[in-house]
Amino acid sequence: MSRLKILTEHINKPEITGIEGYIKNGGYRSVEKALKKMQPDEVTEEVKKSGLRGRGGAGFPTGMKWSFIFKGSDKPRYLLCNADESEPGTFKDRLLMEKIPHLLVEGMIVSSFALGVRTAYIYIRGEYMYIMHILQQAIDEAYAKGYLGENVLGSSYSLDLHVHPGGGAYICGEETALIESLEGKRGNPRIKPPFPAVEGLWGCPTIVNNVETICKVPFIINEGGEAYAKIGIGASTGTKLISACGNINKPGVYEIELGVPVEEFIYSDEYCGGIKGGKQLKALVPGGSSVPILPQRLITTTAKGEPRLMSYESLADGGFATGSMLGSGGFIVFDEDQCVVRNTWNFSRFYHHESCGQCSPCREGTGWMEKILHRLEHGHGRMEDIDLLWDVQRKIEGNTICPFGDAAAWPVAAAIRHFRDEFEWHVLQPQEATRRNYGMGRSAEPIEQVTV
Amino acid sequence: MIETKNITFSPERLAQVQTLIKRYPEGKQKSAILPILHLAQKDFGWISVEVMDYVAGLLDIQHIEVYEVATFYTMFHVHPVGKNVLEVCRTGPCMLVGSDNIVKYLEQKLNIQDGETTPDGMFTIKTVECLGACGYAPMMQVGEKYHEFLTEEKIDQLLEAFRQNATQL
Ligand SMILES: Cc1cc2nc3c(=O)[nH]c(=O)nc-3n(C[C@H](O)[C@H](O)[C@H](O)COP(=O)(O)O)c2cc1C
Ligand code: SF4
Ligand code: FES
Repeated sequence: MSRLKILTEHINKPEITGIEGYIKNGGYRSVEKALKKMQPDEVTEEVKKSGLRGRGGAGFPTGMKWSFIFKGSDKPRYLLCNADESEPGTFKDRLLMEKIPHLLVEGMIVSSFALGVRTAYIYIRGEYMYIMHILQQAIDEAYAKGYLGENVLGSSYSLDLHVHPGGGAYICGEETALIESLEGKRGNPRIKPPFPAVEGLWGCPTIVNNVETICKVPFIINEGGEAYAKIGIGASTGTKLISACGNINKPGVYEIELGVPVEEFIYSDEYCGGIKGGKQLKALVPGGSSVPILPQRLITTTAKGEPRLMSYESLADGGFATGSMLGSGGFIVFDEDQCVVRNTWNFSRFYHHESCGQCSPCREGTGWMEKILHRLEHGHGRMEDIDLLWDVQRKIEGNTICPFGDAAAWPVAAAIRHFRDEFEWHVLQPQEATRRNYGMGRSAEPIEQVTV
Repeated sequence: MIETKNITFSPERLAQVQTLIKRYPEGKQKSAILPILHLAQKDFGWISVEVMDYVAGLLDIQHIEVYEVATFYTMFHVHPVGKNVLEVCRTGPCMLVGSDNIVKYLEQKLNIQDGETTPDGMFTIKTVECLGACGYAPMMQVGEKYHEFLTEEKIDQLLEAFRQNATQL
């Protein structure tokens, strides 16, 4: 595997946060190139050729999304950068914005140029306030150097870029909720269609892209879409930031070339460095809290017995029966001492807490799931609760305004699918279940519920 | 706890508010509501009804439009809080590495429960959902700052530092 770093090559250089240091290391070349040598559609064309897929979670092809922007009216168009980063397990965009803020500013300029956007916003979660100040500083520097504002670099193109803080609501990561929030309202997702590319912010054509997606654009413009497409594996082109956490030796953010084997990612010293304390690997949530959890036997190999790779296709191999999703790259590793019921309850509480409350299956269903799981975890569960839980999650999935409902249902479904024996043990041995964890499925020594 | 009488921004803040409003097209000044509520919380400590009404006035929108927003977004304290709000992440990845113990330790040490404020008004404990620091867990946010890889010793030091800082003020 090559060790190509597209986003993070210069990230540890202290001078890189300032515009001078950033330019010295090759920054803002893509703005020069796009504005002076390319037409907007040519920029979009390169992004299409690159095979770049959205890094916010869904993996939708970015170039194709851009080509949907409605050009048939004289309404202004908007580009919104999604820096809400609230999916549990995900902390990658934070690294980019904190360490190399000009990369995002550069990406926003080139992307806005491609889309014919004159005003763009970075919507950043409110808790990242200290990062918002870093971004604001970078934006101010870019204005002073003529990369933003009227007639960028003496061209006829003008662009304003602003940062906008959220207020602590996971749902505002959903693109239409983000738009509502930016309009100064509650973050209630909108019914689609109309899609934002036609009717988004203030009723105008709008594209929403994740921070990491936008940060890939400068490389694609500098080196060409084909060069980017050569990196990675199959339809999973390029590199991906993976934020690794849980019970591993080296939690942190890693830029990998897509296609690295999961086994290598977990155990090699270059990445996670293995399971902490030499314990056994029990389960993995590979792409943020919303994606299905995988049990040990399906982590490093697929159901077909092939090595599982870090790519959109391989992680999804087997569908939800035996696979999961790359999602946002929030890679959560569970060791043998972790309780799947407890974790599923924790996630359900999260989704219940964060539901915007507009649709009843989501608002009520997440509440029921939390209650049932709480009961199971705390030793008051009944055997029929497991089927009830399955039933509730099934009734949420696919029956809601936005994909939040699915995101709340999938983790519950996958936990029951793969760890039903552990749920049953909680019902059959309620006393024991409050004292110790199920472990790998064998009888383990009593251990504390929480490991420090 | 900070009393919320005389709710008015300083002239510098008011200038800042005008700059914020200009970021959005004419007539779309309502968009500045979240940035302004953050400033208000910084200055007034918490978002009382008086603060919401004041913000509505600044933006020339209905009071209810501010109430809806301030109560939807969890970062805004709509009740009085202590000087230092200890926002401890309790979500899955943090729980895997011991956030429950951190909450328990804080509760014991400060002799209050999650959601409560110490009688001297110094500390509030508030458990929150994932703050995007899952790899540096357990963690808590206090003001704008993230405190990561928390241990009991580290918490002792932090609480002490917050207390020291308070006596200097
Ligand atoms: C409940 C929910 C939460 C989401 N949270 C985020 C988020 O925090 N950051 C993000 O970039 N995308 C998030 N998304 C995906 C966005 O809706 C959108 O697809 C994405 O920002 C598009 O950008 P991309 O194509 O560059 O990935 C979320 C989606 C849902 C349904
Ligand atoms: S699915 Fe949930 S979060 Fe999405 S709109 Fe419906 S209630 Fe709101
Ligand atoms: S789960 Fe605690 S910061 Fe993400």
